[in-house]
Amino acid sequence: MEKHYTDSKVKGVSTGTTILAAIFDGGVVIGSDSRASIGGEYVSSKTINKVIQVHDRIFCCMAGSLADAQAVIKSAKSHLSFHSVQMESPPLVIAAASVLKELCYKNKDELQAGFLTAGWDSKKGPQVYVVSLGGMLISQQVTIGGSGSTYIYGYVDAKYKPNMTREECLQFATNALALAMGRDNVSGGVAHLVVITEKGVEHVVVPGDKLPRFNDE
Amino acid sequence: MAAAASMVPIFGHQISSKNDLVPDWSREEVSTGTTIMAVEYDGGVVIGADSRTTTGAYIANRVTDKLTRIHDRIYCCRSGSAADTQAIAEVVSYQLGFHSVELDEPPLVETAANLFRASCYRYREELMAGILVAGWDRRKGGQVYCVPIGGMLVRQPVAVGGSGSTYVYGFMDSNYKPGLNKDQCLELTASALSLAMERDGSSGGVIRLASISEDGVERRVILGDQLPRFSTH
Repeated sequence: MEKHYTDSKVKGVSTGTTILAAIFDGGVVIGSDSRASIGGEYVSSKTINKVIQVHDRIFCCMAGSLADAQAVIKSAKSHLSFHSVQMESPPLVIAAASVLKELCYKNKDELQAGFLTAGWDSKKGPQVYVVSLGGMLISQQVTIGGSGSTYIYGYVDAKYKPNMTREECLQFATNALALAMGRDNVSGGVAHLVVITEKGVEHVVVPGDKLPRFNDE
Repeated sequence: MAAAASMVPIFGHQISSKNDLVPDWSREEVSTGTTIMAVEYDGGVVIGADSRTTTGAYIANRVTDKLTRIHDRIYCCRSGSAADTQAIAEVVSYQLGFHSVELDEPPLVETAANLFRASCYRYREELMAGILVAGWDRRKGGQVYCVPIGGMLVRQPVAVGGSGSTYVYGFMDSNYKPGLNKDQCLELTASALSLAMERDGSSGGVIRLASISEDGVERRVILGDQLPRFSTH
């Protein structure tokens, strides 16, 4: 039977991965697993951080080819800081997402990288944007991505409610990542979560043995 | 849960066809890209399926019955190629009926599952069939057996299958607990199928449910407007 094609078409080190971002009342949570693998057969890193800060209150999660994603983010960070200097104010979350989108769209034939962008700005508050593989940009309340995300669509659809509290949203994100890591062999390790609000940024790392367990394990 | 029927994804069929003069439903094989589920409870089993059969992008049958009777208290849920699964189910039905007459008593669910496995494994190169066998017998009560593509056989308390099943593994892992009663199983099955039907393009239509126990088989249908709904976002 045909192999289940997820990231196995991506050459080199790929982040077969699970990433998610969700808006709660007053902020946004963005998180990911921490596994990087080569072709799904060898785990090249157990503790890679896929949640990258691109500005004070704007973070990105990457999916797809690790090399492509890192290159795009490096370029986007420099564009964004220049833009921020020109505007003399912190960039909007949509500006960050747009910069990523331009890079992904203009170079769609060479690149294989997708992003979730989440953050807080003074104009629109907490926001989440998705830049898909070909360079589409959309805004959503909650979004998941990466190879492990297919297993948690049902869970996210059932459990996500708008205007949750910070604690509820953190628990929801941790559970979702744990469930995906339990089913996807190219997602795993620890759960990296970042909570972004008007007041600031907080990193939460949930190591593998502290992840929620579900009764069939 | 074992990795049940990983369907050839619909994007494996050509999306941008060079031959646009001929519609894809005349070229594509009829497939039950689907979501099926079976759950054991103390005293029986609950099985459920969506009702969509597709040929390419055309929905050939939007009210399909994928819950097929094999014997009085043994049913199977079919996913994969519609032709293959219908043919296998007919063959197993016949073999089981004959065996039951020889034995002069109702057949075991494990026997039915093994007959499915024998056919699916022997002809694994030609077939594309992922099947859940579920039923009740006097020896072991309610049982669910999974026979995915390739012809493995494993018994599980809960099993999901078909292209839509990947989307609800997380939901199942977090919501299933051992020791549910029949009504809880029915609710869990309806919710999981509804979530999968929302996300999988090859699953949809109505939800067909059946519960099998010592007392017999009870079938019901949940129509589109009565499907369990979750918060929209």
